[in-house]
Amino acid sequence: MAHTNIRENNMLHQMIKIVGFSVLLQLLCSNTVYAQIKVFACEPEWAALARALGGHAVKVHSATTAQQDPHHIQARPSLIAKVRRADLLVCTGAELEVGWLPLLLRKSGNAKIQPNSPGYFMTADHITLLEKPVVLDRSLGDIHAAGNPHFHFDPHRMLQIAHALTARLTKINAKNSGLYQQKLLQFSEQWQQAILKWKKRTQVLRGKRIVVSHNSWVYLSQWLGLVKVATLEPKPGIPPSSRHLSKVLGQLKQKPADMILYADYQNNKSARWLSQRTEIISIGLPYSVADEESLIHWFDRLLDRLLPVES
Amino acid sequence: MRYLRPMIAVTTTLFYANSVLADNEMDTFKQQLNALQKDYEERIQMLNARLLKTEKNTQQVNTKVHQIDVKLKQKEFSPVISRAQNTFNPAISLILDGRYASFDNDPDDYKLPGFALGAESGLGEKGFTVGHTELVMSANIDDKFYGKMTIAIAEHEAEAEVELEEAFIQTQGLGNGLTVKAGRFFSEIGYQNVQHAHSWDFADAPLIYRGLFGNQLIDDGLQIIYVAPTDTFLQLGAEVLSGNRFPAGGQHNGAGAWTTFADIGGDIGIEHSWQLGLSYWQADDVVGRESGGHSHGNSAVEETPSFTGSSEINALDLVYKWSPNGNPRNKNFKFQFEYFDRKENGGVTMLNSGPPVETTSYDGHQKGWYVQVVYQFQSQWRAGLRHDQLNVNNTGSDADVLEEAGLSNEGHTAKRVSAMVEWLPSEFSRIRLQYNRDESYEKSDNQVFLQYTMSLGSHGAHQY
Repeated sequence: MAHTNIRENNMLHQMIKIVGFSVLLQLLCSNTVYAQIKVFACEPEWAALARALGGHAVKVHSATTAQQDPHHIQARPSLIAKVRRADLLVCTGAELEVGWLPLLLRKSGNAKIQPNSPGYFMTADHITLLEKPVVLDRSLGDIHAAGNPHFHFDPHRMLQIAHALTARLTKINAKNSGLYQQKLLQFSEQWQQAILKWKKRTQVLRGKRIVVSHNSWVYLSQWLGLVKVATLEPKPGIPPSSRHLSKVLGQLKQKPADMILYADYQNNKSARWLSQRTEIISIGLPYSVADEESLIHWFDRLLDRLLPVES
Repeated sequence: MRYLRPMIAVTTTLFYANSVLADNEMDTFKQQLNALQKDYEERIQMLNARLLKTEKNTQQVNTKVHQIDVKLKQKEFSPVISRAQNTFNPAISLILDGRYASFDNDPDDYKLPGFALGAESGLGEKGFTVGHTELVMSANIDDKFYGKMTIAIAEHEAEAEVELEEAFIQTQGLGNGLTVKAGRFFSEIGYQNVQHAHSWDFADAPLIYRGLFGNQLIDDGLQIIYVAPTDTFLQLGAEVLSGNRFPAGGQHNGAGAWTTFADIGGDIGIEHSWQLGLSYWQADDVVGRESGGHSHGNSAVEETPSFTGSSEINALDLVYKWSPNGNPRNKNFKFQFEYFDRKENGGVTMLNSGPPVETTSYDGHQKGWYVQVVYQFQSQWRAGLRHDQLNVNNTGSDADVLEEAGLSNEGHTAKRVSAMVEWLPSEFSRIRLQYNRDESYEKSDNQVFLQYTMSLGSHGAHQY
């Protein structure tokens, strides 16, 4: 018995040794190339923006995909490892990532990306937010004290953020300021053209009545002139209850809406349920850019999904 | 011959001259007309281009105006800068916990043969009780430090006891992947040890945690963690601890206990993540570690076992998590396994015994593991299963004293199977129903817990 115990202990000691050794190896290998600015983007839209504005001077990693709810991400080991090496953090802010980002920052031991340092860039700090609550009370659901953080659906705000992000990139990496200016010029030209195009395309959507699943579409509604008539979640972050749904159903029977919107990552059961009973079309919208997709392409895709309603 | 060709040419020209002249006039006219048309077309095109340009300019101006408008509004409202904690006040959260417990056996009879249990390691009371009420305050102290305090208030035999669970400061962004923590904190040994009781997946601690640490290893000291600059998560750390709290004991000039640990982890694709940890705890000079006593017959004084000697623990932990598309909100799965192995060498004395005082040499070896799975099958529902098992092989010069000290395994292998289901109305509230088939000692027990755990106040970020 004692022999096996000693053996087990020896095995553990050996494992610790092996781990230690591999650390040394990794350390030796990691000091190779440090040319690119490593950007840690909390959401894929900021990853796409950083890619567009940074060009080859940046290496961007997105912590989440469009399929993940940015409110509920776990501070996974892989994310700590990424933040550890980041030069610049590009996140939404406004408490969207409050459940995981502070922990990543604390665990990273990385001085460059701590709050108030140049490597800490919260997009919400550079624009105005809608729906800033007057009363903060949890009985109102999972509300954000700073305002609604889903502003990446507003192309005008996106452009403002692009300007601020370029300034930040230039601050961190002055060497490439020429490149950043050129990229910004290119981006804003294309973006403004795209805004014109989108505006023309979406004239027909003005005044359409929508039912939303979570209040993620405030900025989109404001931009496109959509009118929100109901929300499937009784309170932000609280899943729809059958009682609340039947209330919404009753309301819609009286005064129908044109469409029910939900994010692709969200559970669409209640949206479908409501759609079947009211014959209002339910539309799943891509919440953010897909892998390596450009922001313009994503907006195009988003509007494509919204527009068939008209035909 | 020489003049013939030009002459023919001239005569021919003369002959056709009239008609040619007429044709020329028409051509000129046509040409003029064409030129005019071309001119107009060019002008129209130019105008068109100018119009387009003006339109574009107007749009650009509009966009600019919009931007300026937004910026002006921004100035008007002077936005609150959204930091992690956006006020100077510490983030305060309060955990309210209460339960209804039912046991087949008398919870006061509870023991874990082969382990000298510390205080607070029992089953708790039956019936309705208020559990751990936790008050947590934390804030960034400045740009370099973060501080946190946790007070647990629990009632023991009708007396409210306040325990300082955590009170530490921690560096933020020290650089090079280093983080230093000082004060009282949960040791990084194992996996679950750093988690607050309210974030455990079951109402009670795994048996091995109960046996070795009295549910959780907390000590005062210094911790240093290094995160390697690698793509795979890799962290190495060490703690120097006072060693005067259970399961160590005694006053020490320097470090009474210390730990080292290594964790590696990563993702497999988008849906899977894992973490593997190895850790080691050692206390060379444990002096007078007392555990739960018992009284003999009518005697008022309790005989309390007291251990003096050296102690070391090796631990291995593995966690794996899955969620569809990496989005754990509605559905996720978690697997958790931990293994601990403790060896102790020294002597055990029964305080208040005798005369003569009962004493024995002690060569302890205690092993234990548990494995648990938790499946969140809907956004508001989770269910989980857990299996615990211990294996004890303690020896000593006086088997009777060992038995009296609770260090004999009594020929029993402690086991426990637990099942739970949780309802989570929101991320701040939880109601849990748990059933244990507990074979900690020879008389097996059926245990049922109905527990609520609610958190008030600021959002807490939870560890992986």
